[in-house]
Amino acid sequence: MENPVVNDYAVRMLNITKTFGTTVANKNVSLDIKKGEILSLLGENGSGKTTLMNMLSGIYFPDSGSILVDGKSAHIRSPKDAHDLKIGMIHQHFKLVDVFTAAENAKLGMRASLKSARAEIKKICERYHFSVDPDKKVYEMSVSEKQTLEIVKALYRGADVLILDEPTAVLTPQETDALFDVMREMKKDGKSIVIITHKLNEVLAISDRVAILRKGEFVGEIETEKADVQTLSDMMVGRSVSLNIDRPEVKDKSVRLVVKNLSVKDNLGVLRLDDVAFTAYSGEILGIAGITGSGQKELLEAIAGLIPTASGSSMIYIDPRTGKEEDLKKYDAEQIRALGISLAFVPEDRLGMGLVGSMNIPDNMLLRSYKEGKFGLVDQKKPLDLAKKVVSELDVVAPNLNTPVRKLSGGNVQKVLVGRELASSPSLMMAAYAVRGLDINTSYAIYRLLNERKLNGGAVIYVGEDLDVLLELCDRILVLCGGRVSGIVDGRTAKKEQVGLMMTGSQCESAETEAAN
Amino acid sequence: MEIIITLIKAAITFGTVIMYGSVGEILTEKSGNLNLGVPGTMYMGGIASLASAFFYERACESSGVAPSTALLILIPFLSAFLFAAFGGLIYSFLTITLRANQNVTGLTLTIFGAGLANFFGGSLNKLAGGVGQISVSQTSRAFSASLFSFLPLPDILMRTLFNYGFLVYLAIVVAVAAHFFLNKTNAGLNLRAVGENPATADAAGVNVTRHKYLATCIGTGISGLGGLFYTLDYIGGTWANDGRIETLGWLAVALVIFATWKPLRSLWSSYLFGLLYWVPQLSQNIKRRPQSLFMMLPYVVTILVLIFVSLRKKKENQPPESLGLAYFREER
Amino acid sequence: MLRIQKRTNMLLWQRWITRLAAIVLALVINAVIIFALTKLNPLKVYGSMFEGVFGTPLILWDTIRRVSMLLCIGVGLAPAFKMKFWNIGAEGQILVGGIAAAACMIYLGNLPNALLLVVMFVLAAAAGGLWGFVPAIAKARLNTNETLFTLMMNYIAIQLTSFFVTFWETPQGSGKVGIINPNTYKGWFPQLFGQRYMLNLIIALVLVVLVFLYLRYTKQGYEIAVVGESHNTAKYAGISVQAVTVRTVTISGAICGIAGFIAVAGQGHTISTSTAGGRGFIAIIVAWLAKFNTFFMILISLLIVFLEKGAEEIASNFNINNDLSKVLMGIILFFILGSEFFINYKLALSKAENA
Repeated sequence: MENPVVNDYAVRMLNITKTFGTTVANKNVSLDIKKGEILSLLGENGSGKTTLMNMLSGIYFPDSGSILVDGKSAHIRSPKDAHDLKIGMIHQHFKLVDVFTAAENAKLGMRASLKSARAEIKKICERYHFSVDPDKKVYEMSVSEKQTLEIVKALYRGADVLILDEPTAVLTPQETDALFDVMREMKKDGKSIVIITHKLNEVLAISDRVAILRKGEFVGEIETEKADVQTLSDMMVGRSVSLNIDRPEVKDKSVRLVVKNLSVKDNLGVLRLDDVAFTAYSGEILGIAGITGSGQKELLEAIAGLIPTASGSSMIYIDPRTGKEEDLKKYDAEQIRALGISLAFVPEDRLGMGLVGSMNIPDNMLLRSYKEGKFGLVDQKKPLDLAKKVVSELDVVAPNLNTPVRKLSGGNVQKVLVGRELASSPSLMMAAYAVRGLDINTSYAIYRLLNERKLNGGAVIYVGEDLDVLLELCDRILVLCGGRVSGIVDGRTAKKEQVGLMMTGSQCESAETEAAN
Repeated sequence: MEIIITLIKAAITFGTVIMYGSVGEILTEKSGNLNLGVPGTMYMGGIASLASAFFYERACESSGVAPSTALLILIPFLSAFLFAAFGGLIYSFLTITLRANQNVTGLTLTIFGAGLANFFGGSLNKLAGGVGQISVSQTSRAFSASLFSFLPLPDILMRTLFNYGFLVYLAIVVAVAAHFFLNKTNAGLNLRAVGENPATADAAGVNVTRHKYLATCIGTGISGLGGLFYTLDYIGGTWANDGRIETLGWLAVALVIFATWKPLRSLWSSYLFGLLYWVPQLSQNIKRRPQSLFMMLPYVVTILVLIFVSLRKKKENQPPESLGLAYFREER
Repeated sequence: MLRIQKRTNMLLWQRWITRLAAIVLALVINAVIIFALTKLNPLKVYGSMFEGVFGTPLILWDTIRRVSMLLCIGVGLAPAFKMKFWNIGAEGQILVGGIAAAACMIYLGNLPNALLLVVMFVLAAAAGGLWGFVPAIAKARLNTNETLFTLMMNYIAIQLTSFFVTFWETPQGSGKVGIINPNTYKGWFPQLFGQRYMLNLIIALVLVVLVFLYLRYTKQGYEIAVVGESHNTAKYAGISVQAVTVRTVTISGAICGIAGFIAVAGQGHTISTSTAGGRGFIAIIVAWLAKFNTFFMILISLLIVFLEKGAEEIASNFNINNDLSKVLMGIILFFILGSEFFINYKLALSKAENA
């Protein structure tokens, strides 16, 4: 008689190390995934969560270390190997072919007829209460539809271990709840689920166990029942976080920007901002809160003159020196600059929008001021001086000034960008997700810089994703939901639950369906 | 009447050359490889077919054996396909494995293929006696022999539609087969995914490298058949260093756009291009001067299609999304 | 397991050594081919290539003429390529420039020669610029694929040329334009310092310097670099991507038009569909291999002309077909293209020890 070896582990990763060039993404990480559990993989941005899981899904191959799947040693050299081992991963950037239908995407790379794929998809949908039209093209789908399709796809392909990379980032709260229900169902069916996230409340809501990574290293694991927000965030950031962010008070504030009836449509005609109105004052940080994709990006870009606004919109800027009023709606970025309006903008996409990755630091300093040179030539001296100043004042770590900024680390890239934007002492400063992916120290340095601007009479608009930070940093917080303003609250008195409710609550349900991408 | 028959015949034979070229290139481009070496691979196909036919005929002659029709067809056919596919292999190795720039590699392949073909073409002419042109008459006859001469159809139908060598009909079969393959088979779906979004295909377990290699090599092989048809059937089994294959090769690239990457559309539009090309030349009403202006038509129409497609933004008519880009899984 | 990794730390000299190694390797393969065809000592054959490229002042100046031409086109392509606009329409831009130049020679033959040359220069640049403008505006407005559009423009230009050839042909029915102004030399480049092709060289070198400075030190050059990297960044910086695209490609086309002017006024003194002769395509390779640095283009152009002329020399000395040059060139280019991989990536042995 055979002796059945009981194996509790679906996957064991032992001493995994992975490097990219000189960056160590994972260092000696060991992680176990039990059968029939939901495991949260928690860590800050850039802590190596995704890289680690990509080695299970066959995207990357570890430099060293070993992997056991179902007790047996496994060499996962390609996604196909992962698939054969019944490991499925839902990437943050969906792996779907736009011009294919749902069914075609599901059966991609498999030997199956379209007909059987359709039938199978229907079955899975019934089992887990999804609604996916197998013949709908992906480019016609909304984000949450795409995500649902990704899950259906993974189930269709027979995953026993399912990895979800930040699945809730693009979902509304209702959609998140529905997703969690599905995950629990799948757990009941004996599947192992890994959810990669940095949202503590989600960790506590869904998982059985939490494993924490910090800076590429495994720092520990804990049963969810024994964990609370404090212990988790301690483990995640390495020390007890007391978010002591300064919020100095400025006495004489003046009106800097009055936004009224601001509406923006994207190039598909979908309303992204709907009748937004607010006033920004000097000496104040106005926070913008909301779920990703609620119109934050469009709001800042509309003010910066980068995207057209709908007729009827108005964005009146009041010049602090002359008191002159200008409607920014009438101008694009170039004209705003030409008018002498000192407006700074730190966009979310640092290397794709704020900086030129292949250029060195001085050339990047030129980006917003290159037109000032004489005789059609660019000024060579000023940007060099500015580059030196930014590097020394903000402690930018770079091999030398001529290093292409693409090769700098994320925090240093952001310092270069923020340093350049602050150089002109802007009277209106906008920053989107300015600390995303940065370590704690750099984040605090950024907060300090924003506060300095505020104290020096600048009006600051700060789009953030971490409510705790918004509530400690900002004087007022404007909450966006589905492209609409669901309210503006005082940062000193508002409660987190209150803001959370405004981000997701009933105030804007109608707009949400329209504006959800 | 006679002129119309001539025109149809000209359009069909001419269209056949570019149909092979374009269907092959569609397969290649569906894998995300923009191969501007089509003229080069057509050249390689043409010269390989001619050279192999020449040596086979000469071997038969010297040994006194009558050449077998099957071999007369098979040898040049395989030579053309394989040699052109070899061109595709060079392209694949450079662009897929070594990630060289696709445009530059393709153009180099065109220079290389044209040089190689004309070099050997000229040498063959010399080998064949120096004075005249090389001629592989027996092979040419085998290739241009009508496939449907037994059909009891009215003379006019026979002359316009059924009086061609088998390659004309094979081109149609290849185009239809390519359509079926791309749209109805698992492998075709995988290939299209590779060209649209290689990262997705990769994550789904499709071997991106293998698909790109195979699609490019088979695609260039098919393009090479265009060179084969041109050399052994269209101009009757000889070699002319007149740059005509290059023109046809670029027309084939144009046709891929015109057909919006769909083999069936390439089928009828090849003949349309043939018509557009020959109407001005065969019509007595058009003088020599404006002729060249009319000869612009295929290109002008292609540009209009290109503009129209970008205007309408219909997803299904766009080029494969990753066309022209190399894929590296560990790119960060 | 062999693994490919990105390499970021290669020094300039290491890059050039890598490329040089590729060329040497290709030369070895070519030597084998030459030996197989001629049964001669390849080293001797390569030696005779040198003869054929630099042997006498006359030969040397012919080399210079060809290098100037290739250089001029490559330099013209640099701004567009730097912006990541794949202008493969140089061939057509040269031709329309040539048509404009030839038209001036034919119709404005009674102008003073210096003035005529200036008019030719301007009109040729304008014609080439127009040929770049059309696909550029489609790209800017509709995001049309420029590779395919510019490719089609080449063939329209070729047909346009053959139209004008039938228009201007002398004698009637010959299908050729023949040498224009064979007696008055109107619209021909004058001899400078006793050299027929001195002006060709001067124009090319001036363009090398100007375009280098343009790309490196001007605001427009900066805009090109930004647009080439990211359209979003350009928008953010207040750069109109559309305007820069159109302007840059028009300039690029205009310089290629000037190359057409040189081809007509400075060497052929006629116009035909082979006036561009594939130079427009080869120049793409020149521009790419030089990484858009116009000074490197001098080296690459020289290398290509060396191969071409050298192979012609072998061909005529050993009675083989001229097209051999393209084969040899193709092989060398394949090797250089392949060598870029070893500059950008390295192969590493993976230490994974999966038990």
